[in-house]
Amino acid sequence: MTENVVTIANPLSRFGGEQRVARHRPWPRVVVDRHGWNQAAAQLVAGELCLLGLWGDVDSVHMALHDPREASFAVLSLRCPERRYPSIGLRHPAALRLERTLVDMYDLIPEGLPDSRPWLDHGRWPVSHPLAAAEPNAGGGRPYAFLANDGHSLHQIPVGPVHAGIIEPGHFRITANGEIVVRLEARLGYAHKGVERLMMGADLDRASKLAGRVSGDSTVAYALAFAQAVESASVAVVPARALWLRALMAELERIGNHFGDIGAVCNDAGFGLMQAHCAVLRERVLRASAIAFGHRQMRDGVVPGGVAVDIDASGDAAVRALIAEMRLRFPALIELYDSTASLQDRMVGTGILDSGLARSFAAGGYVGRASGRNFDARRVPGYAPYDGLRFSVPVRQVGDVNDRVWIRIEEVEQSLGLIEQILDGLPVGPVRITVPAVAEVCEGIALVEGFRGDVLVWVRLAADGRVARCHLRDPSWFQWPLLEAAIDGNIVADFPLCNKSFNCSYSGHDL
Amino acid sequence: MRKLLFQSLNQLPLTEPPPPAATVAELAAALDGSARRRLGRSLAIRMIDAGSCNGCELEINALGNAFYDLERFGLHFVPSPRHADVLLITGPITCNMREALLRTYQATPSPKWVVAVGDCARHGGCFAGSYAVVKDLAELLPVDLYLPGCPPNPTALLTGLLALLQAQESAARRMQPGSG
Repeated sequence: MTENVVTIANPLSRFGGEQRVARHRPWPRVVVDRHGWNQAAAQLVAGELCLLGLWGDVDSVHMALHDPREASFAVLSLRCPERRYPSIGLRHPAALRLERTLVDMYDLIPEGLPDSRPWLDHGRWPVSHPLAAAEPNAGGGRPYAFLANDGHSLHQIPVGPVHAGIIEPGHFRITANGEIVVRLEARLGYAHKGVERLMMGADLDRASKLAGRVSGDSTVAYALAFAQAVESASVAVVPARALWLRALMAELERIGNHFGDIGAVCNDAGFGLMQAHCAVLRERVLRASAIAFGHRQMRDGVVPGGVAVDIDASGDAAVRALIAEMRLRFPALIELYDSTASLQDRMVGTGILDSGLARSFAAGGYVGRASGRNFDARRVPGYAPYDGLRFSVPVRQVGDVNDRVWIRIEEVEQSLGLIEQILDGLPVGPVRITVPAVAEVCEGIALVEGFRGDVLVWVRLAADGRVARCHLRDPSWFQWPLLEAAIDGNIVADFPLCNKSFNCSYSGHDL
Repeated sequence: MRKLLFQSLNQLPLTEPPPPAATVAELAAALDGSARRRLGRSLAIRMIDAGSCNGCELEINALGNAFYDLERFGLHFVPSPRHADVLLITGPITCNMREALLRTYQATPSPKWVVAVGDCARHGGCFAGSYAVVKDLAELLPVDLYLPGCPPNPTALLTGLLALLQAQESAARRMQPGSG
């Protein structure tokens, strides 16, 4: 699995690194000094690098980077025994919320961070800094200062954390002038479950289950990213059949979610007919998944070392029948979407996300690809079996709600083709190996393309094979802030439409 | 659009038969003690995500699709707790959602039922023991029915909700002579 993974060329010399950390795979991890750290920040600002993640450790901060020109990857680490480091968010806004979270979780202080408000910590936990010293805390909660809005005739609309629909908890503060949204500010963290603390000391079985429950709609993507990170750390060689079955599960998850989203976006524009038909297609995907892999959402199907369940003849037949059904039904729905003028009137030109912002935030998935960012983790860094499969990555340029729907439509079509190729080319053989014992501390990292975008998982295994630390970064981290930009100047009534077209994960973000 | 609508007219409905009566009756029997007053053969449900991974929400949403068609049983989701008979609660009850959950419960008029959906809402599921979750939902609110699963599938959810309806009706029959 490691052979086709590429790494940033000479990160040691490029960032003035002191040393390359041993047993960190497959990308290099390099310890840099403040100068190297700041140099990376400058390259992020200049758009030469993409930020893939920023997380804490006992006495250091780590930053995962991607160089799109060289298609290369690396992790930079800065030791900060005094619990302070130069803020990246000060110059590169994509890091802002990650750095606020680092204060909450680790008591690691970004020097110069322009926004010092806590983010995930609402003052309700019995501890402060749960991933560091974990001092006791009264847990009574504390007020939160929303950003100020000055001007004539402005009014505020508070929404959530309990929403009107069947969705996750989060708070949105909309400031409007009449019908026009002047500012949207989200407050998240309501779904924070303390996953990273639960990961510490967990055995691989339990840790894999936890990873699969970070964001339920992406359970396959998360379990896959966790498994890949563990397998890279422990240098496990996973059987080919397992890699193919993982891809089959991942593509089923992708089309199921895309059908759900396409219907739900249209429903938020008051077009329930599309929702009714897409919900039927989604249900058929879940039922075929249950026949093939024993669970409608394929939970705990991907495990470190392979997959927990093999597909049999009835599963193969169910998925093939599903593909035939989708090919029969979906074109009429695409035509319905494209030819209903009243629906198009709501979709086209609504919630435009500027391509520069999408690039600067390294927004993944349909959010980035609808705004011109051509990135798909299945291609770069790439992982088996996608290197041997034919598929294209749709990219669009306008960045409105309509483009985000179209990216999903085109991705469904690509995934249907991928599923057929996987069923036809499925290698025979075992589907699971025991993860080899590790003799000493080792680290692994993985980037997996979920339906929503790229999921990053970094793991450190202790010498006894248990998880010492694990960081899971949802694609939503780099999409939520962009929703606030995309809604700017739109009407309040289009907020649900824009929000659904992003469909960010609350749970995946809140951890 | 016209073509698609005509096609739908010609097709047989996708909607499936309700869950077996025996399964529903079994659950309803377990509920009898908590059933209070006849509300008509209809339940208004308010869903609260108290920090779930969103897996339960996906299956609750699926109740509205053509296969399960929740509304044929008189069950429907309402946007406000003030319109609700039943609170459907998912997730391990995060500390950050505790107050919002309690306020939503208080905003719901009596009589009301609390249904805890999923393994997390029963005992925290795999998040039990975390600093960020409440130990037990029952410490905060009286829970009338637990629907286990990770997540429970739509058939299991439907069975539980129909049991609530049935329990109401049998309680109403017992109360009728005196209650008017």
